Amino acid sequence: MKKLMIGNEAIARGAYEAGAKVATAYPGTPSTEILEIFSRYEGVYAEWAPNEKVALEVGCGASMGGARTLVAMKHVGVNVAADPLFTFSYTGVNGGMVLVSADDPGMFSSQNEQDNRGYGRFAKLLVLEPSDSQEARDFVKEAFELSERFNTPVMLRITTRLAHSQSLVEEGERVDIPLKPYEKNPAKYVMLPGFARLRHVEVEKRMAALAEYVENSSMNRIEWGDRKVGIITSGIPYQYVKEVMSEASVLKLGTVNPLPENLIREFAAGVDKLIVVEELEPVIEEQVKSWGIDVQGKDILPCISEFTPELLEEKLLGQAVEEVFTLSTPIPPRPPLFCPGCPHRGVFYVLKRMRLTVCGDIGCYTLGALNPLAAMDSCICMGASIGTALGIEKARGEEFARKTVAVIGDSTFVHSGITGLIDVVYNQGTSTVIILDNGTTAMTGHQEHPATGRTLSGNDTIRLDLEQVCRAVGVNRVRTVDPLNLEELRTAVEEELAVGEPSVIIARRPCALIPQADLEKKTYYVDTDKCKGCKLCVKIGCTGIYWEEEEKLAYINPNLCVGCGLCPQVCKLDAILAREA
Amino acid sequence: MSKQATTNILIVGVGGQGTLLTSRVIARVVVELGHDVKVSEVHGMAQRGGSVVSQVRFGPRVYSPIIKEGDADVILAFEKLEAARWLHYLKPDGTLIINDERVDPLPVMSGEAEYPEDIDQELVSIVPRSTVVNATEIAAECGSSRAANIVLVGVLSRAMDLEPALVEQAIREMLPERVLDINLKAFQRGRELYDTL
Repeated sequence: MKKLMIGNEAIARGAYEAGAKVATAYPGTPSTEILEIFSRYEGVYAEWAPNEKVALEVGCGASMGGARTLVAMKHVGVNVAADPLFTFSYTGVNGGMVLVSADDPGMFSSQNEQDNRGYGRFAKLLVLEPSDSQEARDFVKEAFELSERFNTPVMLRITTRLAHSQSLVEEGERVDIPLKPYEKNPAKYVMLPGFARLRHVEVEKRMAALAEYVENSSMNRIEWGDRKVGIITSGIPYQYVKEVMSEASVLKLGTVNPLPENLIREFAAGVDKLIVVEELEPVIEEQVKSWGIDVQGKDILPCISEFTPELLEEKLLGQAVEEVFTLSTPIPPRPPLFCPGCPHRGVFYVLKRMRLTVCGDIGCYTLGALNPLAAMDSCICMGASIGTALGIEKARGEEFARKTVAVIGDSTFVHSGITGLIDVVYNQGTSTVIILDNGTTAMTGHQEHPATGRTLSGNDTIRLDLEQVCRAVGVNRVRTVDPLNLEELRTAVEEELAVGEPSVIIARRPCALIPQADLEKKTYYVDTDKCKGCKLCVKIGCTGIYWEEEEKLAYINPNLCVGCGLCPQVCKLDAILAREA
Repeated sequence: MSKQATTNILIVGVGGQGTLLTSRVIARVVVELGHDVKVSEVHGMAQRGGSVVSQVRFGPRVYSPIIKEGDADVILAFEKLEAARWLHYLKPDGTLIINDERVDPLPVMSGEAEYPEDIDQELVSIVPRSTVVNATEIAAECGSSRAANIVLVGVLSRAMDLEPALVEQAIREMLPERVLDINLKAFQRGRELYDTL
């Protein structure tokens, strides 16, 4: 019987059935579940790498070693892994290698919405794009075959909607693929200029062979309908096209790099008007135009944000959604925020009170940029906080560094913060770095990392000691504090900012959502006789605390309070008291 | 509900309220019934207390994994404000089920905006097929307020006319043994609750 699966599960399933033996990744929404699910199969090896570059390099080695290998990451992770990717395109594979790029149109959980099909053209890779979970499973299996047949890494490009929507999948059995023999072959794998020049010739031959192959691939198909309009589409937008324009002729592409030029010409010749519906950049459209074919696309549809069926109805059919129900009051927005008991809340409360310049980073704590704490000045990419703090110091002088901190999570620090810290020490910066060590990769759903001391499979391993790492790179001032002890934290920040040398404060307390948090068995309540309605507690932005406008008093919801003890520390009237749960 | 067209169920709430489990239970049941099914979920940042939505679509052949505005047959809202936020997805003759739960969003907590206190009453007055239920209180009576999502599964299963045995089976398969009794009770109470509406 068919089984409901999110796209990510179907990808893991497809890789398992294809005989993949090794899988590597760094967690990143919307790709994370692929490795979590793959790791549960018998007879496979799966790991969280410290970052995407290492993940891909481990993947390169596993492929050279003869195993079918799956590597998964979010779209911006491919930027981190781009260096090995471009050159692995030259060497080609031994065991088949599939790289999943999980793009995020609409930026549900990302800092940009880049379209990684562009990488396919840039790095000269075969790129496949499935449009539901069944295709995700089928295409991954096909991708391993094609990777070995054409001696290329294959990119499977998916989007958030594919990754996180469920549809029915027909499963198959795992095929047992023996390891390919490993043979020393420097001309293929040592990319010295002399060898790389020869490999580039092979890459161009491969792309020519792939261009021929995709013309007849069953992953591309024409669905003839009404010939007045022909739609070229791929991925999830195909589903929206079928939903709102069931009569139209459709060319559904499963191979989005290289494109099947002859098939597209045949389709174009068979319809009066040709439109490309693609999320998000005009990757197909511009190539079709370059062949002298009259086609529309980004003149009608946006290159900003995720598509929807109603967007296509509006832009392609001129039908606007009619409002049926009208409400009398505006609906306040509901932005995401720190959970009750979150250790990050204490840090951003202190940083805001101290009015510091805060160079931020990627993780749950990026929410520290939003109200009511709104304490963060910048967030660029994974690991950027420390480099940006040093850059600000070099631009504005050491005085400015006395009121600037870099804030970075534990998993992010290991991902790419360590090199930034080395730069601070090496180039004699004086930055104060706060590592928010909550003992997990929280934002993506609590994955292990080197500093948790456990692997993806949950096995104990050697724990990366953050204090030792910081000292080893040359930071003399390293101290550890509890982020929910406001006085201790504030004192540490004040003292470390005051000194003219690099320092690291490790703000350590487990994420409130993991078992290690070992929350206290008590909740807090407001003594309404003492509360004067000053709202100081309300301003820490805890969902457990609410304001009663009529009484002008704060209250604590005992169902949400986890007893973290932050709000009693901000109350100047001692009006917040503990109660055993 | 018609066997021919696609049926659209929108489940909305606040990150952390358990909307994902509800949509997955319903999806499993409609798969058992032989439908084509698609479900869209929200993972990642919005799960941290933001507005979240799960969408279940089923019928003979389902293309889009997301529901169009104005096309939901049922909206099940775990929180009052979220019912209002997603109302424009409801069909004119669609059913709106509102859990009588208030979770203040940040602008309300900080005093920048007001929570429209009577929003559930307004919704009920303008949506012909609508009702307010107190799933959280009933779940607490069953042994844990955390089972509110399964009380709502019970209400929804009646609104969708689903075979209770099939839903119970899905709950048994998807929940850990130690909370099963509470949740099966919660499911039953949710079903009974529908009679009183």
